[in-house]
Amino acid sequence: MDWGTLHTVIGGVNKHSTSIGKVWITVIFIFRVMILVVAAHEVWGDEQEDFVCNTLQPGCKNVCYDHFFPVSHIRLWALQLIFVSTPALLVAMHVAYYRHETVRKFRHGERTNEFKDLEDIKRQKVRIEGSLWWTYTSSIFFRIIFEAGFMYVFYFLYNGYHLPWVLKCGIDPCPNLVDCFISRPTEKTVFTVFMISASVICMLLNVAELCYLLLKVCFRRSKRTQTQRNHPNHALKESTQNEMNELISDRGQNAITGFPS
Amino acid sequence: MSWMLLRDLLSGANKYSTGIGRIWLVIVFIFRLLVYIVAAEHVWKDEQKEFECNIRQPGCENVCFDYFFPISQVRLWSLHLIMVSTPSLLVVLHVAYCEGREKRHRKKLYVSPGTMDGGLWYTYLISLIVKNGFEIGFLLLFYKLYDGFNVPYLMKCDLKPCPNTVDCFISKPTEKTIFTFFLVITSCLCIVLNFTELSLLVLRCFIKCCLQEYSKTFESSGCECHHLKYVECGEIGAPRLLQSHCSSFDISIPQKPEAKLLCNSQED
Repeated sequence: MDWGTLHTVIGGVNKHSTSIGKVWITVIFIFRVMILVVAAHEVWGDEQEDFVCNTLQPGCKNVCYDHFFPVSHIRLWALQLIFVSTPALLVAMHVAYYRHETVRKFRHGERTNEFKDLEDIKRQKVRIEGSLWWTYTSSIFFRIIFEAGFMYVFYFLYNGYHLPWVLKCGIDPCPNLVDCFISRPTEKTVFTVFMISASVICMLLNVAELCYLLLKVCFRRSKRTQTQRNHPNHALKESTQNEMNELISDRGQNAITGFPS
Repeated sequence: MSWMLLRDLLSGANKYSTGIGRIWLVIVFIFRLLVYIVAAEHVWKDEQKEFECNIRQPGCENVCFDYFFPISQVRLWSLHLIMVSTPSLLVVLHVAYCEGREKRHRKKLYVSPGTMDGGLWYTYLISLIVKNGFEIGFLLLFYKLYDGFNVPYLMKCDLKPCPNTVDCFISKPTEKTIFTFFLVITSCLCIVLNFTELSLLVLRCFIKCCLQEYSKTFESSGCECHHLKYVECGEIGAPRLLQSHCSSFDISIPQKPEAKLLCNSQED
């Protein structure tokens, strides 16, 4: 179980996403997961080993490290990526449920004119409308909430996104205010800013996708009401015309049979 | 051999699970297994190296670490995950056994080996009970071993060869506490899901049985033979088996369109 498996699962949702959704998935896996795995892990790999305090007092380094880094950056990013990716599973579950129902109806002979066989049902791209629209919109909403939440937690925990090269620590058992030095602070700041920027981009993509979906629904509804307004008695006119046509054809038949042979 | 094997085995169990069972699998895969592999394992990576006691007496740190952490939390966590996932394999084994039987006898013995009726229903129920047992058992063990789920930053140790009560400092206690609570919360969520699934299965079976009894009062079964019992397959519940002991009798039973009569021969 690793990021590859998550990619496979989320990639399956890709088929039913909008174009913005597909871009979002790409940004998540290339600019965030891959960067986390190939680069960030190396930078933060020796974070505690190379965290040095200007004291020989045993325990002081441990306590100071724990105070300044209650959760490591990379762990927090890993949790953020997992939480941000999982709302897409709501869509996957909804699609799976829809397919299951379609297969059941197909087996009962209900929708045989729409699909040739079961493989056709599995290959079909499910459109984002009706209840799936609500599921998809909720998943985007949760994604935005999780992104914003984690960005706030990051800001709150580390007092901003910049890592200083020295921290002052006076917590027991440190005998006095000691200087503690973080390893590779500039490189860590660069990667932190990069990950935050990618997070902001993902959030903007999610907001854009949400707006797109809302506009699509509003546009579709206004088109429907416009059609109804232009042809208010369209249905009634049609049925009346049909009756008249039947009468005309019946009279024509009678007229024909009435001719002497 | 790695976690991939467990993932592949559990994916096989997915086919025969209920809806809630699939949600349980998703939670185990993503919020427990994935979090363990990508994050939690690394938090406890250097736990003994960074465990420091305020003493220079050789051996004191080793003895104190061993006393406070008889088994590492991360190893207990991995055992927990393995034990909790394996009861799902009972279901896979049951289906494989049914399919094996059908192959051996070269005839259809079951409506479908993967449908949740009869023996598979009981196997699924047992697997749920065992899963819950393991979840609760491991949580209690965790609680007892580490005196709660909180990891303190400082522990006092006076075991030999430490000359006096020394202060021992654990590395990354806050991060470890956060991940421990994450483990506990996901575990409790899985317990709730298992209980819900268990209740739903039992309730559905109860309702089906009541409906069957009710509908049978309006049918004419026509057969007084005490060797024969009527079976309805493909429905969730605990169906009764049809056993054709009396093959010499002429039996005429009115055929219900949805009922499938299967011969579960006594040769096995």
